[in-house]
Amino acid sequence: MLHVARLSRLRLSEAEVETMVGELSGILEHVDRIGNLDLEGVEPTSHVVALENVLRADEPWQSLPRDVALASAPEPQDGAFRVPSPQAE
Amino acid sequence: MTDLLALTALEAHEAMVAGDRDAAEYTAAWRHAAAGDELNAYLWRDESGAEAPAIAVKDIFTTEGVPTTAGSRILEGYRPPYTATAVRKLIEAGAPVLGKTNMDEFAMGSSNENSAYGPVLNPWDHERVPGGSSGGSAAVVAGGLAPWSIGTDTGGSIRQPAAFCGIVGLKPTYGAISRYGMIAFASSLDQCGPLTRTVSDAALLLGILQGRDPLDSTSVGIEGGIALPGREDLSGLRFGVPSELAGDDLDAGVREVFEQTLKQIEALGGEVSEVSLPSSEHGISAYYVIAPAEASSNLARYDGVRYGMRAGGDGDLIEMYETTRSEGFGPEVKRRIMLGTYALSSGYYDAYYGQAQKVRTRIAQDFDGAFAEVDYVVTPTAPSVSFKLGEKSDDPLAMYLNDFFTVPMSLAGIPAISIPAGLAEPEGGGPKLPVGFQIAAPAFAEQRLLDAAYALEQGIGFDARPGGADG
Repeated sequence: MLHVARLSRLRLSEAEVETMVGELSGILEHVDRIGNLDLEGVEPTSHVVALENVLRADEPWQSLPRDVALASAPEPQDGAFRVPSPQAE
Repeated sequence: MTDLLALTALEAHEAMVAGDRDAAEYTAAWRHAAAGDELNAYLWRDESGAEAPAIAVKDIFTTEGVPTTAGSRILEGYRPPYTATAVRKLIEAGAPVLGKTNMDEFAMGSSNENSAYGPVLNPWDHERVPGGSSGGSAAVVAGGLAPWSIGTDTGGSIRQPAAFCGIVGLKPTYGAISRYGMIAFASSLDQCGPLTRTVSDAALLLGILQGRDPLDSTSVGIEGGIALPGREDLSGLRFGVPSELAGDDLDAGVREVFEQTLKQIEALGGEVSEVSLPSSEHGISAYYVIAPAEASSNLARYDGVRYGMRAGGDGDLIEMYETTRSEGFGPEVKRRIMLGTYALSSGYYDAYYGQAQKVRTRIAQDFDGAFAEVDYVVTPTAPSVSFKLGEKSDDPLAMYLNDFFTVPMSLAGIPAISIPAGLAEPEGGGPKLPVGFQIAAPAFAEQRLLDAAYALEQGIGFDARPGGADG
């Protein structure tokens, strides 16, 4: 549970872990029913509409201006997104 | 002014074209009505004074410069720099945004109780849920706070709230409408669609919204477009009822309305027979692997860097990510991210995601088989009428099972509509509440779907309204 939380970049409180363990096992128990189905040879579906990849013309076009893209950032600085240091101090 | 609000969107449009009504008067009346929101259905309302027939839009669609939260704390105060294609098309067609409607956080929920901004109340009974996740979009139409609205449907999020609120809700074929600017939940399932008072209004909206969009490479549109439905009977049309339905856990009142509606189909000349969808019983299991898996990936973008809230900025980068996400997401979103991350994690991928995608193939094959025998598949939209606030919020699995009838069509990518079919007493007693009747058709057969739904709507003649004596 804590490993999955870490992969999800979530920090769960002890109380959250406790409720979630119960809830997730209930859900997984239901979901596990499909684990026993014999689906040997069945093609998986990742997309429901038959589409072929088509590349669009490689023409430059106007993208979002930098100030607009930065307008919603919590901490913009010098035309960039500012983040805390990736290294623990 | 009230008679103006009584018009369907199509009637109002026709009155304006004929010059009997003007757009300014119409919009003013609706803006006034929307200001009286006692349902917590709006998160934002337009007060600019624009004069045109307006529409309510689920707060999952980005709107340039207008707050867009997706019902989440993590996007509080976010004003997107661009507008979703669906909304842009509405504006270009002369229907600007009247307001942004409340919803389950990131569209994850069937009751609207997962909104960070409080639940929406069902206009029929303020102690009950409007359904979800497009609960606000359904409540504003049913509660007389908007002429019509759009929402999104991933596993039933348009159809189930439409059923709970006694209105029409259509989930088009996957790919019919652009998803550009529609905040992603589960990308292989998400689809935009209309919530309206009538089938004709739904057709009018779908006609505006559908189409290929270069900004969404999965959009294809509907060939030939959409015409207003005009069919008056159902003669020569075949309707299939899944035989698996007999054993399903269905409220007695819902079953009664469903069976009456089947009789109505026959009275209109339609043929009713049984079809078999043996894999649909595994729909919920497959859905609750695929949707959370895709969500866990899509929601990785909320990290406190580019937009939305940031918390814990005093520590290192990872700490900031974790604090932002832990404070910004609500319990259901965390649950699904955990579930999805687990299902995609090394060693479990094939057992969960791979297997669920194979079940998805089986479900689509079941529908192909059914549509070789019948023109439509019909079911109740939900196993019950609207339930009480808090009734299922402590039991996620019970909440998920509410999507039992709507999830298979989503997995197969086919269109389905819910129309109000009658009223039924809730289990445990109380005033009667709306029951939805779901009709599904093959991919891109929206015109046929709307034609049949229209004929059936006329036959049923549902005219009950919340708060009023029933009609």
